[in-house]
Amino acid sequence: MELNTLNISKSNLAKRKAINILMLSLCIVSALIAIVPLFYIFFYTATAGLSSINLDFLTQLPKPVGEAGGGMANAIVGSMIIIGIGSLFGIPIGLLSGIYVAEYSKTFFSNIIKFVTDVLSGVPSIIIGIFVYGIVVLPMHRFSAYAGGIALGIIMIPTVTRITEEMLKLVPTSLREASLALGISRWKTTLMIVLRTASGGIITGILLAVSRVAGETAPLLFTSFGNTFWSNSLDSPMASLPVQIFNYAISPYEEWHRKAWAGAFVLVFIVFVISIVVRIVTRNKFSQNL
Amino acid sequence: MKYNNIDNINIPEKEIYAVETENLTVKFDNRVGINDINMKIKKNSVCSIIGPSGCGKSTLLRTLNFMHELIPKVSVTGDIRIMGTDISEYNGVDVRKKVGMVFQKPNPFPTMSIYENVISGIKYSHGNNNKEKAADIVEKSLTKAGLWKEVKDRLKISAMSLSGGQQQRLCIARTLAVSPEIILMDEPTSALDPISTEKIEETIYFLKNDYTVVIVTHNMQQAARVSDHTAFLYIGKLIEFGKTRTIFTKPKVKLTEEYITGKFG
Repeated sequence: MELNTLNISKSNLAKRKAINILMLSLCIVSALIAIVPLFYIFFYTATAGLSSINLDFLTQLPKPVGEAGGGMANAIVGSMIIIGIGSLFGIPIGLLSGIYVAEYSKTFFSNIIKFVTDVLSGVPSIIIGIFVYGIVVLPMHRFSAYAGGIALGIIMIPTVTRITEEMLKLVPTSLREASLALGISRWKTTLMIVLRTASGGIITGILLAVSRVAGETAPLLFTSFGNTFWSNSLDSPMASLPVQIFNYAISPYEEWHRKAWAGAFVLVFIVFVISIVVRIVTRNKFSQNL
Repeated sequence: MKYNNIDNINIPEKEIYAVETENLTVKFDNRVGINDINMKIKKNSVCSIIGPSGCGKSTLLRTLNFMHELIPKVSVTGDIRIMGTDISEYNGVDVRKKVGMVFQKPNPFPTMSIYENVISGIKYSHGNNNKEKAADIVEKSLTKAGLWKEVKDRLKISAMSLSGGQQQRLCIARTLAVSPEIILMDEPTSALDPISTEKIEETIYFLKNDYTVVIVTHNMQQAARVSDHTAFLYIGKLIEFGKTRTIFTKPKVKLTEEYITGKFG
């Protein structure tokens, strides 16, 4: 006679295993669905656009309709310049305000900053374009690369602020205490210990922000406008890839549609390269995966 | 004492204590953390602070090197003298250069190598960039912390690849590198296994030659093993303070005896 002293019912086991398998499969399927769009976009733009990419596309100015050849060199360079201006403006402000909220302020003011950045990140980018049109373009009486950069910078600020704050909060208090206990001052603790520990996550956040604004079209329509030639200065209208793609895609010409695809592929490729280069440059020997 | 010099008679040199507190009271938003503590800790000795949870042991320790500055709404009254100097007018950053601290859980900087961890205090606060001198300091600090032999061939690896006990000794070495006078330890072995604990206790024994150690511990055997003097705290008050042997064998206060014999705590 067998004594069931453990009093465990075996009947549930099959059911529990079945539920386990079901939930696990749902997770795997969802994960696959999440990565499919990226690969699909990449291959679709590649197949549609690669045929139009040649040296001319990367080095020549656009040609009028009907003329063969020509490229988007001005838009490629323009996009990089505008993203550069946006980063110079948006990253430091986002980073410093994130540090302030996470490290130096536990007050009402920091809650306001958090709330406002959340709202700002929800503001449609076209509204930010119109806003910059109002405060920069109208007073200056011209479209300019500056205006485009400022619009992109404003879009970057909330992302960088919130990610910096979240990443700094993940750094254990014990590290701050360890540093302070060595007689290291507060700001050096923040800079050399806390920020350094969180750098992996913060860099990911910054790349996310840069990648996001790289494809922004709407705010640039009102600010840097577009240009079919090389711009002489940052103070004049400047071509950018998203705007150029938009203009070419809505045109009725087959040749321009192919160029738009090529432009889209170049844009995706630039974002990809920026991500990899930044990761390699900022790599830490003992990186912590926060 | 020889009385061959008349000037020395009747002028006993005033002893300078490593740590002296006078009517030290700490309040958190009107809740009393520690109340009216008067202690004198001798130079080159080990003093342990014991008492049940929440009695203010850590609060007392953290007040000695101004770590309470991080907590909002804290008020400190009374005097603290470190090596005879009243520190109330000093900046916490400067006080902490002289009064180092080792924490409950090992907390090496995860993004730095063993070498960088040891030298971090000097690099970021004392502005020393002399490489040869730095290498010398790293070796001396690790030797004093009893870790040099184990890590001398792999100073460039991540500090996180060490075991828990080694990490804690690394934290001690890091504290020693900035050459403090006093080392505060907040339950330094409570997260460690018995063998690592033994090594840390050995280290503490040797540290006495050059430093004064104040150690908070939950473990009464540890207090009895490592310390020269013991302070017993209960609900924020200093109940008894004296030689460790006296406290553990012939305590003057009944409460101390009850705590040590395990009647409460």
